[in-house]
Amino acid sequence: MRLTLHVWRQAGRDDTGSFETYQADGISESMSFLDMLDLVNEELAQEGKEPIAFDHDCREGICGSCGVMIDGVPHGPKSMTTACQVHMRSFKDGDEIWVEPWRATSFPVIRDLVVDRSPFDRIIEAGGYISVRTGSVPDANTTPISKGAVETAMDAAVCIGCGACVAACPNASAMLFTASKVAHLALLPQGQPERYDRVLKMVDVHDEEGFGNCTNHGACEVACPKGISVDYIAQLNRDLVRATLSFRPEKGTAE
Amino acid sequence: MELNARIPAGPIEQKWDRHRFDMKLVNPANKRKYNVIIVGTGLAGASAAATMGELGYNVQAFTYHDSPRRAHSIAAQGGINAAKNYQSDGDSIYRLFHDTVKGGDFRSREANVYRLAQLSLNIIDQAVAQGVPFAREYGGLLANRSFGGAQVSRTFYARGQTGQQLLLGAYQALERQVNAGTVTMHTRHEMLDLVVVEGRARGIVTRDLLSGKVESHSADAVILATGGYSNVFFLSTNAKLSNVTATWRAHRRGAGFANPCYTQIHPTCIPQSGDYQSKLTLMSESLRNDGRIWVPRKKGDDRSPERIPEGERDYYLERLYPAFGNLTPRDIASRRAKEMVDAGQGVGPLKNGVYLDFRDAIDRLGKQAVSDRYGNLFAMYEKITGEDPYREPMRIYPAPHYTMGGLWVDYNLMSNVPGLFVIGEANFSDHGANRLGASALMQGLADGYFVVPITIGDYLSGTPPWTGGSGDAAFRDVERDAKARTDRLLSAKGTRTVDSFHMELGRLMWDLCGMERNAEGLEEALEKIPKLREAFWNDVTVPGSGETLNQSLEKAGRLADFLEFGELMCRDALERDESSGAHYRREHTTEEGEAKRNDDEFAHVSVWEYRGEGEVPVEHREELEFEHVPLSQRSYK
Ligand SMILES: Cc1cc2nc3c(=O)[nH]c(=O)nc-3n(C[C@H](O)[C@H](O)[C@H](O)COP(=O)(O)OP(=O)(O)OC[C@H]3O[C@@H](n4cnc5c(N)ncnc54)[C@H](O)[C@@H]3O)c2cc1C
Ligand code: FES
Repeated sequence: MRLTLHVWRQAGRDDTGSFETYQADGISESMSFLDMLDLVNEELAQEGKEPIAFDHDCREGICGSCGVMIDGVPHGPKSMTTACQVHMRSFKDGDEIWVEPWRATSFPVIRDLVVDRSPFDRIIEAGGYISVRTGSVPDANTTPISKGAVETAMDAAVCIGCGACVAACPNASAMLFTASKVAHLALLPQGQPERYDRVLKMVDVHDEEGFGNCTNHGACEVACPKGISVDYIAQLNRDLVRATLSFRPEKGTAE
Repeated sequence: MELNARIPAGPIEQKWDRHRFDMKLVNPANKRKYNVIIVGTGLAGASAAATMGELGYNVQAFTYHDSPRRAHSIAAQGGINAAKNYQSDGDSIYRLFHDTVKGGDFRSREANVYRLAQLSLNIIDQAVAQGVPFAREYGGLLANRSFGGAQVSRTFYARGQTGQQLLLGAYQALERQVNAGTVTMHTRHEMLDLVVVEGRARGIVTRDLLSGKVESHSADAVILATGGYSNVFFLSTNAKLSNVTATWRAHRRGAGFANPCYTQIHPTCIPQSGDYQSKLTLMSESLRNDGRIWVPRKKGDDRSPERIPEGERDYYLERLYPAFGNLTPRDIASRRAKEMVDAGQGVGPLKNGVYLDFRDAIDRLGKQAVSDRYGNLFAMYEKITGEDPYREPMRIYPAPHYTMGGLWVDYNLMSNVPGLFVIGEANFSDHGANRLGASALMQGLADGYFVVPITIGDYLSGTPPWTGGSGDAAFRDVERDAKARTDRLLSAKGTRTVDSFHMELGRLMWDLCGMERNAEGLEEALEKIPKLREAFWNDVTVPGSGETLNQSLEKAGRLADFLEFGELMCRDALERDESSGAHYRREHTTEEGEAKRNDDEFAHVSVWEYRGEGEVPVEHREELEFEHVPLSQRSYK
């Protein structure tokens, strides 16, 4: 099939950027969306023009590198599917497709479709872990954990950190991302000792990084390629309230 | 080149313990005076960085990804082995050790493998303490599944996302150390070269992928955790960016490259759908438990599968291997599929696959039971191919998947260049000529959490903190080399794209040094690769500049190294005039058509020494001894 692509091109952080139009010819249904971009890039390179920059790596929907707005929708038309797993059979001959980077103040565009998602690392750095030293841990079967608890934790832990939730949210909030880690760890016995400390620290950094507040819009859940539920945000909020009321050390007191 | 494996004395069960006692330690107060560079933050690198930061070393970690969480390790599906014997089914450290040596077709080092089996227990404890949500039984204890090549159930898993959950555990431990200030993370930085000063590894030269700046970083030791080189074949199951640059550049600076010809082909991948496909997708091997593999008896049969009557189907694995049937080991299943396709019996639009059929399983167990077992895999298959495996058989074909070869290391995981350590898939150490399923995650984490953080102390305690720093003239020379290469790539301004060369190299490697090799083909490859390399340097086009994010330039640099490395791989395959594990030489087969080892002449590790551009590399050997697992021939009939 033959498609018309309008792709966001931006030379660098400080450039204003604009859409460029390309014709993509000879696209087969079995190609993935990124294979299609590869093909367009091959032609550009052949003509000595600079290919479209986009992040990608695994092309299996697990590394979270890829992520573009396709016709205004994070990761494109197929639900629970990353851009790399969208195949061209979702489009038809003659379609016009608009391809843009994630749009969020906290994710500045680096080049073309590539954005800076390092704030996610900093949210994890603030407390998205269980503080155990290598080697000084008990035998793995010491604490039985119910199958149900592990499955619910796993439903949150499957987050791939792609940023679609932020791109979808009208407030550019990263609450679904933050909540998925908070919930994953809070649902397991190992995560209890640092539970309230963790949620406070992670939410603080979330806010410092300039992500917006969650107003229960729910667009994040729809956009999430892993289907992570907004219920986890509710759980984060409960922990946050508890932590703020009873846990947060008074300002000025020694910790 | 001196190869001393430094295997500790004593009974195999006590070697690691004794060695830990015999090694010198770095005084806790001195640790922060030592700078350690870790390149790569996949399972091996992230776990090493987290642990060494915790121990008090000053760690600088590098990755070309925008976050450590994106490393190729994230894609591992099936699981991780450990000899916990939680199922009480007769497993033990000794059994895991035995299976791994045998599965590696007697081309690995017994002492290393034994240590790996011992440490497997600690890995599971560590991961669970970090909150890795491994699957559980109803009673709340950890669940296990079985995997190829083992008769016990010792594989731990987190749905089909075991690699993801283990990597996130290691990544979180790493970020905790970033927060503590012991690890500095350099994302979007690619190592272009190793710096060796007076015979010791002293640092690296990197390119900042955003600004294009070439920078030097010095340290007291360098650890490479940069993964495998399956992408020499262009199409593989590895992540698109995985490459050989770090280990190849270290090789050029003196590190021996061991067994580069050992590359594993995975039997159950989705066949290529067209010329522009960029990568192949693995379907978990567990599908072979219930799926039946077949091709039409008639060549070029164009009927749809349901219209081919039973009598005209060839269930060739069941026919050839009545005892193991569809569950023969990876290498055998792969080779037989290739034979069928080569004989013109392939299926699918490009006639490049074989069927993996669930019809009988669905009849026997019901659709629901099949869906409970494989639902997510069926959904993934449908997403990619648009075909419904409940209604028509899947199509599968083998694809390059994992590389057992890598930089040579001693028992301490140090290469022959003092101060250069290599961990994870990047080294050659534990899998011999063939890796068993669910053992790569185990090895990467054993190396990173439990081996290198300890063994590096033995090296560092003998060398005072280095004061030379990146001001040393050696760094300027290496920087100059790196810049010159970049400039040369940008200024070639030829007519062909980087990918077109990579596809050509990949096809050549697959045809001549892939699943089956022979002397004639390998000699042909050794003639063709230098020519392709020359064509590349003269005729490649790399648009854009070196001062910004330039993905074409990144690809070109990586391909330039693959074009050198591919030649070494073919040379090693030619020199290894036997079949062993995944290395299958057509000249050396048993009467049953299986790989035939030659233990008298080839029970060794081949370690290659670089001698300069255009020079023939020199082969050195580490002889292998098998004291505990008696040499025997595999049979799956
Ligand atoms: C589809 C698939 C499924 C698999 N499933 C399983 C399984 O179920 N069980 C199992 O045990 N194994 C499995 N494996 C194998 C296993 O995943 C890998 O062998 C293992 O994860 C490798 O880990 P690593 O840490 O050595 O390297 P990687 O995870 O590849 O990490 C390499 C790191 O090095 C960095 N890097 C590389 N070069 C440079 C450079 N020049 N400069 C800067 N950074 C660099 C990368 O950015 C990355 O951070 C699977 C493999 C594949 C392809
Ligand atoms: S490329 Fe990894 S999720 Fe899309």
